[in-house]
Amino acid sequence: MLKRAFKTWFLWELLIGLSVTGRYLFKKKITVEYPEEKTPLSPRFRGLHGLRRYESGEERCIACKLCEVVCPALAITIESEERDDGSRRTTRYDIDMSKCIYCGFCQEACPVDAIVETQEFEYATETRSGLYYTKDMLLANGQRYEAQIAANIAADAPYS
Amino acid sequence: MSVMDMVIQAVIWALEILAIAVPVALSVAYITYAERRVIGWIQVRKGCNRVGPAGLLQPLADGLKLFLKETIIPARANKLLFVGAPVLALVPTLVAFAVVPFGETSLFGQWERPHVMAISNMNVGLLYLMAISSLSVYGFLMAGWASNSKYPIMGSIRSTCQMISYEISMGFGLVTVMMLSGSLNLADIVHAQAGGLLHWYMIPLFPMLLVFFISGCAETGRTPFDLTETEELVSGYNVEYSGMWFATFSLAEYGAMILISLMTSILFLGGWYAPIPALDIIPGTVWLLAKTSFLVFVFIWFRATFPRYRYDQMMRLGWKIFLPWTLGWIFVLGVFIYTPGLDHIINFWLAWR
Repeated sequence: MLKRAFKTWFLWELLIGLSVTGRYLFKKKITVEYPEEKTPLSPRFRGLHGLRRYESGEERCIACKLCEVVCPALAITIESEERDDGSRRTTRYDIDMSKCIYCGFCQEACPVDAIVETQEFEYATETRSGLYYTKDMLLANGQRYEAQIAANIAADAPYS
Repeated sequence: MSVMDMVIQAVIWALEILAIAVPVALSVAYITYAERRVIGWIQVRKGCNRVGPAGLLQPLADGLKLFLKETIIPARANKLLFVGAPVLALVPTLVAFAVVPFGETSLFGQWERPHVMAISNMNVGLLYLMAISSLSVYGFLMAGWASNSKYPIMGSIRSTCQMISYEISMGFGLVTVMMLSGSLNLADIVHAQAGGLLHWYMIPLFPMLLVFFISGCAETGRTPFDLTETEELVSGYNVEYSGMWFATFSLAEYGAMILISLMTSILFLGGWYAPIPALDIIPGTVWLLAKTSFLVFVFIWFRATFPRYRYDQMMRLGWKIFLPWTLGWIFVLGVFIYTPGLDHIINFWLAWR
């Protein structure tokens, strides 16, 4: 009873609250100053897409359209034709990044590991059309990040 | 008095007013910066550190942004009151600084007697402060009314109600200071606390210090009493305001925060005197400003710590706890002052006996 009265009138609980925040004032700050510092990314990070090629330079995609079918946001558009050597290839492979929800289903569905999501995430643009990636752009992405993609696939291999 | 003398006097007054108003405006700007940094640190963030070295130009950038923004006056608003309200909220806060004594100086021995550094060292300074600081309520009331919209009017009714409730316990808290010092002159109140930490009024009036400072939080509408700008009211009386007129309201709020901190240091924390008389070689103004900055920091600390009161809890605190405590303390002080045998305890702080 007395103890409770003491605690009430001397604002004891408020002092405890103040001491907690007072201690946090001197704690080490955990802010990551983004453009200069970045947090580590998982090998499974799902960012910008890329289309890969084999080491021979032949593109992996066989236009099976599994990715197009599985895409829940209908962001992928594929058209295909028979190439001169008789193999089935895409003539059009577009991903609308403004539709894409980065679920990674396309990467999972792909039987030849052609379409992958890289760890690249800084590709903001000022126009919607800038987020529309055509086949050439995706192939270029795949080429640019090939080392990263291969390393990530290797890192993730024990778990998949 | 010749015309020349009057002109000179006017120029001196203008300079004195500038010497107070400009630092107040600047410190308001940098208190917003300090607030963001300190709250950031308490939340284990770094706070704003981008604009300029350590983010020190942030207030200028904010000010520029607000200045360049369009001021929208709602079509159905009462234009005169709408424009007048922020001014009426800000002016009393600035005018109140006129009687605040910032220290004493003999101008490096030029003057025989030390002069009090205040625009007007008037004898009823405390009364003046209470009267003037109550006026800013009209600004908030007018803002709510002139907006002609339901959230502002509800917010302004809340603010008004809160300010009026807490002004009473604040006023009675000041009565206890007056009973000890025997004067309404702020400089005399500080003089009565000369002689070190034990002579400060925070010792005999400790509950009043708490009541005064917490009521000050309520007066300025700061956390834990910022329910005037809660989410359910969108943002209180200033919903319809934008740009520079909106900034004027926050200028008034932060100005009032400085004023409350200054008042608390002057009335309860010994004003410009050092806690140990030997430390008085450091200029008094430095001591006063140090105490004030600490109290401003406490304001910010409160904001980072406490959740806000519910409306009925706020009213209960004001009327059922603060008011009886202040009245009770006035009674206790009176008993101590006028009872033979008890008065030698209180005589230690009684400057007028």
